[in-house]
Parts: sequence; C-alpha cells; structure tokens
Amino acid sequence: MSKLIDLETVPAPARRSRAFVLPAVVFALFALLPLAAVYGPQSFILALASRIMILALAAMSLDLLIGFGAMISFGHAAFIGIGAYSVAILSSHGINDGFVQLGTALLVSFLFALITGAISLRTKGVYFIMITLAFGQMLFFLATSLAAYGGDDGLSVASRSLLFGSNILKNDKALYYLCFALLLGAYLLLRAIVASRFGRVLRGIRENPVRMEAIGFAPYRYQLTAYVIAGMIAGVAGCLLANQTEFVSPAYTAWQRSGDLIFVIVLGGIGSLHGAIIGAAVFSLLAELLSHYTEHWALIFGPILILVVLYARGGIGGWLGSKP
Amino acid sequence: MTLTLALVQILNGLQFGLILFLIAAGLTLVFGVMDFINLAHGVQYMVGAYLVAAFTAMTGSFLAGLALALPTALIFGLLLELLIFRHLYDRDHLDQVLATFGVIIFLNQAVKFIWGAAPLSVPIPDALSGAVEIADGMLYPVYRLVIIAVGLAVGLALYLIVNRTKLGMLVRAGASNAAMVSALGVNIRLLFTIVFGVGAMLAGFAGAMVAPILSVEPGMGDNVLILAFVVIVIGGIGSIRGAFIAALLIGLVDTLGRFMAPTLLKMLLDPAAASQIGRAIAPMLIYILMAAVLFFRPSGLFPTKS
Repeated sequence: MSKLIDLETVPAPARRSRAFVLPAVVFALFALLPLAAVYGPQSFILALASRIMILALAAMSLDLLIGFGAMISFGHAAFIGIGAYSVAILSSHGINDGFVQLGTALLVSFLFALITGAISLRTKGVYFIMITLAFGQMLFFLATSLAAYGGDDGLSVASRSLLFGSNILKNDKALYYLCFALLLGAYLLLRAIVASRFGRVLRGIRENPVRMEAIGFAPYRYQLTAYVIAGMIAGVAGCLLANQTEFVSPAYTAWQRSGDLIFVIVLGGIGSLHGAIIGAAVFSLLAELLSHYTEHWALIFGPILILVVLYARGGIGGWLGSKP
Repeated sequence: MTLTLALVQILNGLQFGLILFLIAAGLTLVFGVMDFINLAHGVQYMVGAYLVAAFTAMTGSFLAGLALALPTALIFGLLLELLIFRHLYDRDHLDQVLATFGVIIFLNQAVKFIWGAAPLSVPIPDALSGAVEIADGMLYPVYRLVIIAVGLAVGLALYLIVNRTKLGMLVRAGASNAAMVSALGVNIRLLFTIVFGVGAMLAGFAGAMVAPILSVEPGMGDNVLILAFVVIVIGGIGSIRGAFIAALLIGLVDTLGRFMAPTLLKMLLDPAAASQIGRAIAPMLIYILMAAVLFFRPSGLFPTKS
C-alpha cells in the first residue's frame, strides 16, 4: 500500500516552476470558457463545465486522503449527498439563504466525518475501504427512506441558493463562476495544506506510520483531521451540485459514485491536485461523448477503465509529467 | 400469532443469510488467499441468475437450466480470471478495486444489451411451487425451504472440504500465509485458480437459486456484493466459519430488523413517527452492526491472520 505513489517530497526548483504551469493553464481555460461558450450551445457547455468543476472539487478532496494519506475511502460520495440534501431540505422549508445552507452542509459534513472517521481510522487497509463503504451505504439508505423528502424518487430544489438575498445564481454564468471560485479556492487551500508541515507529516504517515509514531507524531489525529477537511470540501461540492441540477437523489450517495470519484483521481494521476481536475474533465467528457454515440456507452467505458488501470500507471497527470 | 409471524421472518432471514453465505464464501477465500479485492464477485451472482433464466427458457425446465448454468458460470469465472484478474494480483488494492469496478460497469451494461433492461422472471419449478403449513394456518413456500436446505448442504460440504481434505488444508494455509505455502512448493497460482473458479460458481449458484423468487435484472449483484463484503469483514477475512456465522447474523438482523424496528419503536414513540423512523433505521442496522464489530474487533470476529 505504501508504494501507491512515489512523490518527491522536495520539488526541485525547475520542477516547481513546471508544476505551476499546468494548473495555471487548467484554471485559465476554465476562466475563459464562458467567453467561448457563446459561440456554441451555451447553456449546455456551461452546465457540463460546471458539473466537471463540481466533480473535480469532490475528487480533489478525496485525493487529499488517497494520494497524500493513503486512506482509500470508498464512501466519499456520502459527503456530496450531505451537501446536496442540505440545500434541498432547507429549500423545501423555504430557507434559501446560501450561507445558511452552506453552513449547515459544512456542519453536518464535519460531524459525519468526525464520527465515521474516528471509527474508520481504527482499522487499516482493506478494512478501512470496507468500513468507509459501509458508512456511505448507511447514508444512502437513510436518503432512500426519507419519505418526506422524496425518498427513492429524489427531491426537486425549488429555488437556487440566494446570495445576500439575491437570486443571482439563477443565472447559469454566475453559478459557473461560483463553481470556478470555489474550485480555485479549494485548490489553493489543499495545495497549502499539502505543502505545510501538516501535509508533510501526513505523507510521512503514508510512507511509514510506525516510524512517524516513534518520532512523536500521533498518526490518528493527523489522519482524522485530513478526513474531516476532505469531507467538508466534498460537502461544498454537494451544495453546488444541488444548485446546478436543481434536484437531489439518493443516487448521489450510491457506492458507485464513490467508485467514480476514485476513478477520476486515478485517471488524473494519484497525488496530483490539478490531475484530479483534469481527470474529472476527461471522465465527464468521455461519458458525454460516448453516450452520444450509443446508449450502451458503458460497454466501452468499463474496458477503458480496466485498460487505464492495467497500462496507464500514473494517469494523465503522469503523462504530462508533473506532480501537485 | 405474532410468534408464528416471527417464525416466518426467522426462516426468511435464514434463507437470505444462506444465500449471502454462498456468495461470501468464494469472496472471502479469494480475499484471504490472494489478498485480492474482487468487486466483480457480485456480477457473478447476476450472471448466474441470467444464465439460469436463459437456459430455463431454452430447455423449459428449471433443473436442466440449473445444470447448464452452473458449468457455464464456472467457465465464465475462469475466463474473467484468465483475461483480467490474473494481471491484478501483484497490484495494490486501489488498482484491484478500480479494474474490477470496470468489470461491473461493463457486465451490467452487457446483460442490458443482451437481455434488455426489463427484469426477467423465472418460474418456480412445479414440483416445488407449493406451500407447507409450518404452524397453525401459517403457510410457507416450499421453494424457500429448499433454498434453506440447499444452502445448509452446500455450507456443510464446503466446511468438510475446507477442514477435512488436503485441498482444504492448503486453502486454509494459503489464507493464513500464502508466501509460506508457496515456499513449501505448492503451486499457489493453481490453488488460487481452483478457489476462484469454485467461488465464482458458488456466487452464480446463489444467483440461480434466487432467480425464481426475485426479479432478474441488471445491477442486481451490486447491493448483494456490498452485503457480502459486510459479511466477510465481520466474519474475518479468509475465514469460512466466520463468513457462515456473519452471513446468518446479517440475514437475520436485516430481515428481523425491518420487521421489528417499527414495532419496538412504537413502545417509545407515537405510531406514525415509529413507522417512519423504523423504516429509516432498518436498512442501516447491518452497517451499524458492522461498524460496531469493527470498532471492538478491527479484524473481524474470526481473524485468520495473527
């Protein structure tokens, strides 16, 4: 498990400057996309790109766990569900203030991550994968049994979140730039976390927990903190998703969605934050493209996934030759 | 009256648990011997159900359908092993999870492509379609009793093979320390292929057995797979005995929980709230049980590795 990633702890100056170029290009593309979108099917492009950024936000947070902490969580979609249902449930009670909704999502994500993380992190390896999966399933079944909030059928979001009392997010372009701002903010935050002393300890624990403990660090606390941070960021992604689709459903929290998130990270290159963004884009565009050609697109998608795992180690980020 | 109703629920739970055991047995051995996470084990169950549906329709007899479906499921499992899984044994768990996830996506879509998205139904064989009176005026379907009997018989056979034969000894040894068994000159790859084939066939068999009482549909293996993982994690990875006990536990807790949770809650809350909360809690019970077991015993009830 420890040989998941070999990541240079101290980047050479040359590599550091190159590691800056690719993320800058990625974010510049997203920033400029709405200008180009007017020449195409604008609302479709904006919706697709918004969904890509939301997926990227969730995947990036999971990468903090898998790529930097070697904690393979298989229940990360649960946090997307928490964020999405926070918006939908509050909205169904007439509470449309975005900050209240976001605050609720962050609080519930925090508590859920703290409790489930505290239990899950007592286990290791395969058991950790399975117990996070179990907690994800718990939330899935909770969502399906919320009869008052749509149950299996899901729930429509009557109104997008209000910002300072204004319904500005009704405008797709405004929502797009909110997604962009939050993705950029989360990227900078995670980058800072990874480079900080905390991040170095986390990577140290990934490589050798026993040694880290021997030199005086408590792995459990660091891992739990990372778990909580990742969960809260995914909760934010859930808030955005509910706003973008104006609909929530238990399917958001299904274990297959957690599998998708892991695939996105592997596709983009494990342990690379902007790789997660590229992975999310490739994943979504591939699914979109294939579904245009055939309704049985999964027949092609499944084998692609297998081939990527078998032959493309390091993912797309690996080919492009840069790390975080 | 409530007592006989509880008896029916216990039988249902037992039947569900035994089906889970058939699926979990192969999964836990593959996991234990080769340290290989096979998410595609659930689709073997689905494939078993589809094969029996197809062969039964073809031959007009459930038994003939079953007789054809079993070897086909075995061959199919070995084919998957040869084509894909074999290349993943030396990889880390993340790669295994992902590649087998890809197999699930593909096969769920493939059965939709071949048989359509609508559920198929398989008729219960005439000879087993009746019901017997298990208590005063309480009828129970014969076919479900047959599933219980067959499940117990397979469980017993598996127990004898694993605990009383040389092959079983090697499998148990492989589950505790594969490297050592290999160093002693045993062809662990061959051993694994056998274990894998049998596991795939057992999962297919479970799918075939429940085909007449459930609808056969794409994705039917996905939730069962998660339950099978819950079973083997609670039981202790690699332990047949653990899988057996955990499977019955899960089957009973799940079935009885759905039946009793609202009733028990009614003692504390008003009826409407009780049934609402009861229905919400019941499906979560087994995951709560799993979390509790792992909290106190992080490697399951019967760990094979010290």
